[in-house]
Amino acid sequence: MIFCGCDVGSTAGKVVLMEDNKILGSSIVPSSAISEHTSHNAFVEATKENGIKLEDVAFTVGTGYGRAVIPFSNKNVSEISCHGLGAFWCNPAIKTIVDIGGQDCKVIRIDDTGKVIDFVMNDKCAAGTGRFLMEIAKAIGYTVEDLGTLSLKAEEAFEISAACSVFATSEVMNLRKQKKPIEGICAGLNLSVAKRCQALVNKVGLAPKFIVSGGVSKNQGVTYYLEQVLEEKILPIDVDPQLMGAIGAALFAKRAYEKQDSGKARRRRDK
Amino acid sequence: MITCGCDVGSRACKVVILDGDKIIGTAIVPVSEDSAESAERGLKAALENAGIKKEDIANTVGTGYGDIEVPFANKMLPDMTCHAKGAFTVNPKVRTVIEIGGIDSKAFTVTDTGAVDKFSRNEKCAAGTGLFLEQIAEVLELKVEDLGRVSLEQTEELKITNQCSVFVLSEVISLVALKKTVPNIVAGIHAGVANRIISMVVRLSPEGEYMLSGGLAKNAGVCKELEDRLEIKLADSSTDPQLLCALGAAVLAQQ
Repeated sequence: MIFCGCDVGSTAGKVVLMEDNKILGSSIVPSSAISEHTSHNAFVEATKENGIKLEDVAFTVGTGYGRAVIPFSNKNVSEISCHGLGAFWCNPAIKTIVDIGGQDCKVIRIDDTGKVIDFVMNDKCAAGTGRFLMEIAKAIGYTVEDLGTLSLKAEEAFEISAACSVFATSEVMNLRKQKKPIEGICAGLNLSVAKRCQALVNKVGLAPKFIVSGGVSKNQGVTYYLEQVLEEKILPIDVDPQLMGAIGAALFAKRAYEKQDSGKARRRRDK
Repeated sequence: MITCGCDVGSRACKVVILDGDKIIGTAIVPVSEDSAESAERGLKAALENAGIKKEDIANTVGTGYGDIEVPFANKMLPDMTCHAKGAFTVNPKVRTVIEIGGIDSKAFTVTDTGAVDKFSRNEKCAAGTGLFLEQIAEVLELKVEDLGRVSLEQTEELKITNQCSVFVLSEVISLVALKKTVPNIVAGIHAGVANRIISMVVRLSPEGEYMLSGGLAKNAGVCKELEDRLEIKLADSSTDPQLLCALGAAVLAQQ
């Protein structure tokens, strides 16, 4: 029985296909302006090698920013619950998830069963999100990927005093004009994101073990500084952390299918 | 006595030369990275405008944003002090001053002698600042000084849901894609700016007349939104509102 989780985020669409607790296929594709297309592209990409067709999927759960318009989903679940369950599946020792996405940042606390017990979110301001890094990278002519790799070569991180993305952009442009090394600037930007996340973590508390999920988790500069400011190591996991929401969605699909199925069986019995 | 006020802001340097209670020279020049150079350039333009020499000025007060430098100033004063004095000088009934600067915005109450009483300031976030409006104008292919005029052609009330400048810019692009008209979008933006300012103003429990100081006072759209939402009438300024801070500095230079 194949279950599908589809996470349509602001920046990327993710699909995970699972059977018997194993991942059969997965994908990460850039988001298009139309969420339906994003989910479709992600599904096609995830089935390229395994030949799975839509009709082979028993149940699909949609999640993320664009979850309401995924044409092939049977049910929607909030990304907070999905990240929680996904992380629990990866390793039951995980109690805190810092999810840094393209347009928001969340800190999620889960219990011993993967259920969300507390969370805090910033979706009002681009500071501390992938968007902050994207905006500034664009302004100085680098890619978001560069920010991570260059940051690791920095001798020191230049502190960016402005939290606001707009003001930070001007600040970074000035640092560039002063011919400050790009590595230190990138490190400063990653440190800034880490500090914003730290402020959110402080609101709900950090229960070890913790992981970072979402697209920004791939920026090694951000994860490095997050470990520094939180004084806690990130638990290594063996799946791509950007898939966490989609994994959780696929697990929810299985649950929903089983519930639906037992409901059907019960109804049959009652007849 | 001839005095001079020099206000180096984040976007423009403003200079007022005052002879008694008469303004004899003014200048508004764009700022460069070098605040001292900008101030000198502003002074030169104002001196030419007044037709006097630097030596004719008895005293100069400098002001502006952050740690700027006005090399020829005899004294430096906080910008809010100068805004308050300037607004009070043109209209002694003013008790509340709102200033939307290039990279900050503030609201403060003024005592019956023209000094700052209570204040509220946003300098952490670009939303509701001149820089934010500049970015919006750029996306809509307008000049920032045209935003006010354009917004008055509004036919539909649009609610801008985001606060963060970065997210608002994306929202504006989607609104354009949804075929919303530019005047309606700009008016929605102005309403958002006005709401940000109002949240600062209400904290001050203000009384008396209101005046908008600074370059944004020339934006009729923002003025209208502020007036409608606060249910007030903004006091007129006989002097260019962008010069009020420099005027206040020149008045304070007399004392």
